[in-house]
Amino acid sequence: MLFLALVVIGVSMITFAISHLIPGDPAMLVAGDRATPEIVERIREDMGLNKPLPEQYWIYLKGIVSGDLGTSLRTRRPVTEDLKLYFPATLELAFVALVLATAVGVPLGVASAVWRDKPIDHLVRALAVTGISTPAFWLGLLLIVLFYGDLGLLPGGGRIDPDITRPPTVTGFLLIDALLAGDLTAFTSAVRHIILPALTLGFVHLGVVARQIRSAMMEELQQDYVRTARANGLSRRNVIFREALPNALIPSVTVLGLALGDLLYGAVLTETVFAWPGMGAYVVNSIQALDFPAVMGFTVVVSFAYVLVNLAVDLLYMVIDPRIRSVN
Amino acid sequence: MRKSVLDIDNLSLEFPVYGGAVSAVNRVSLHVQEGEIVGIVGESGSAKSVTAMTAMRLLPRESFHIRSGRITLLGHDMLALDEQKLAAMRGRDVAMIFQEPLTALNPTKRVGAQMLGVIRLHTRLSEREARLHAIKLLTDMRINDAEEILQRYPFELSGGMRQRILIGLAFACSPKLLIADEPTTALDVTVQKQVLQLLRKKARELNTAILFICHDLAVVSQFCDRLYVMYAGSVVETGPTRAVLSAPQHPYTRALIRALPESARPGQALRSIRGVVPNLTDMPTGCAFQERCDHAFEACSSIPPLFSLDDEKRASACWLCEKEHAA
Repeated sequence: MLFLALVVIGVSMITFAISHLIPGDPAMLVAGDRATPEIVERIREDMGLNKPLPEQYWIYLKGIVSGDLGTSLRTRRPVTEDLKLYFPATLELAFVALVLATAVGVPLGVASAVWRDKPIDHLVRALAVTGISTPAFWLGLLLIVLFYGDLGLLPGGGRIDPDITRPPTVTGFLLIDALLAGDLTAFTSAVRHIILPALTLGFVHLGVVARQIRSAMMEELQQDYVRTARANGLSRRNVIFREALPNALIPSVTVLGLALGDLLYGAVLTETVFAWPGMGAYVVNSIQALDFPAVMGFTVVVSFAYVLVNLAVDLLYMVIDPRIRSVN
Repeated sequence: MRKSVLDIDNLSLEFPVYGGAVSAVNRVSLHVQEGEIVGIVGESGSAKSVTAMTAMRLLPRESFHIRSGRITLLGHDMLALDEQKLAAMRGRDVAMIFQEPLTALNPTKRVGAQMLGVIRLHTRLSEREARLHAIKLLTDMRINDAEEILQRYPFELSGGMRQRILIGLAFACSPKLLIADEPTTALDVTVQKQVLQLLRKKARELNTAILFICHDLAVVSQFCDRLYVMYAGSVVETGPTRAVLSAPQHPYTRALIRALPESARPGQALRSIRGVVPNLTDMPTGCAFQERCDHAFEACSSIPPLFSLDDEKRASACWLCEKEHAA
């Protein structure tokens, strides 16, 4: 928890410093082209920009702690309100991407470790390198061209078909909201819309997960307890899935936790390609409008999420690894 | 005559390496009869473990190549069985325990879950019956609070405790053969003795034969009925333990006994065998021991067969034995 506080202070300080070092005067932006110097000055006073920097930072930090990230210069709404609107969409996308990467990456990693140096292993390793070296925007465009353009199988952007009434917002996660409302049409549409962006976003991590599982599995399969299990007559399948895999997953949890953090940042590009109305699109627009409070708010929230995820990972360790549980 | 449990006949095995093969096991023949405790002794690298692992077909499938020989375990041709049948035999008809008890159990599973998993794999016992059986196995291994131990994770237990658990587990299905690969080497001497006693008691009780791999002649002399002395992938001498140790025929066996600290008089320097075990990739032609042997002569440049000695149970692979016989 202390760590969490330190990270918040660190992140806020850095974002604050960067945003104030960048040339560009927010007051001028707000005031517009034809404002007189007096008006600009008054706006500057209103926004607190004429106060000394440390004091500005102090005000900002107090705001963060009380859940106030300032007011967006672009939308003229509190940044927290904007983020509340866009964050669930991003989280949903990142989460589905992570599930996809895990669901495909883990079996691939296991296969790769079990059939080491066989064609499947080479394929997985090639896939992993491809995943890491493929830019998301390029892959996204490719998928849109193929599945939307040529095949017409899946929609090319957005979260849901525009002619479908959205289910009432409960969680902000469209998939869950649709299910809660019992609206299958909306659910199907939402699923169809999330496949391509989630695939694009998850592809990088698919390779990362597969490689992580591969090396962890190879290590576990060489352990003495695997030999004991074989000597005791456990079948190859049981040795792999019941003995080695659960232990191989333990270190992989860290990688998955880090991946979720990366996915939140990584969503920026993917969302832009797929017109996904999440934080990515919001922050891109904010950057272009030099909307400092919005960009800073985004950074702080994502960093916060990153830290929270890693805290959750640490706690999860205690649940899944009895060795760590006993130390604590 | 007693029933044969394990027969290894003329086994030769090699490991493929880059650009060739290393012959690790050379024409090894080894027999274990019902209820018998048979030792394999030899230095590290003499292929004791490889031979034993091969008997259970535990080496990874593609890591080795069998050049010749047969392995018959309880009437089954072990080199012909498929993986499924092998798995069914392992843990039920033949069990194995290993040198390193600290890492031989799955670190993230409770002892009980691991034991019950194996017991229920090979028997039709219910969960409750299997638990009772596990408790009995542990109690027989002098583990008093067996019920509580089942709830523990391996890392919470000492090495001696873990090895007793593994031994208990190995006896779970009353196997006909137990292969013990240096089971006490990693343990304290005091614990070592206790574990060996428990091992022998349980084996006698269930009429389980033990193939006992060890490099410690002192342990072997107290524990085994019969001995195979191995050197660089070959059996160099075999016979009843007492006979082999009191009247060794092969120069290597003699050197091993001389190298025991107990054989040295106080104040005298300990004796070792000069030289090192030859590199398997670069074996001398002929007898593998010739370069370290005090008695080497011309004949040693061709590989000596195993000569049966007067007592038909004894044999030694040394040309000296032939000379004595001829004389």
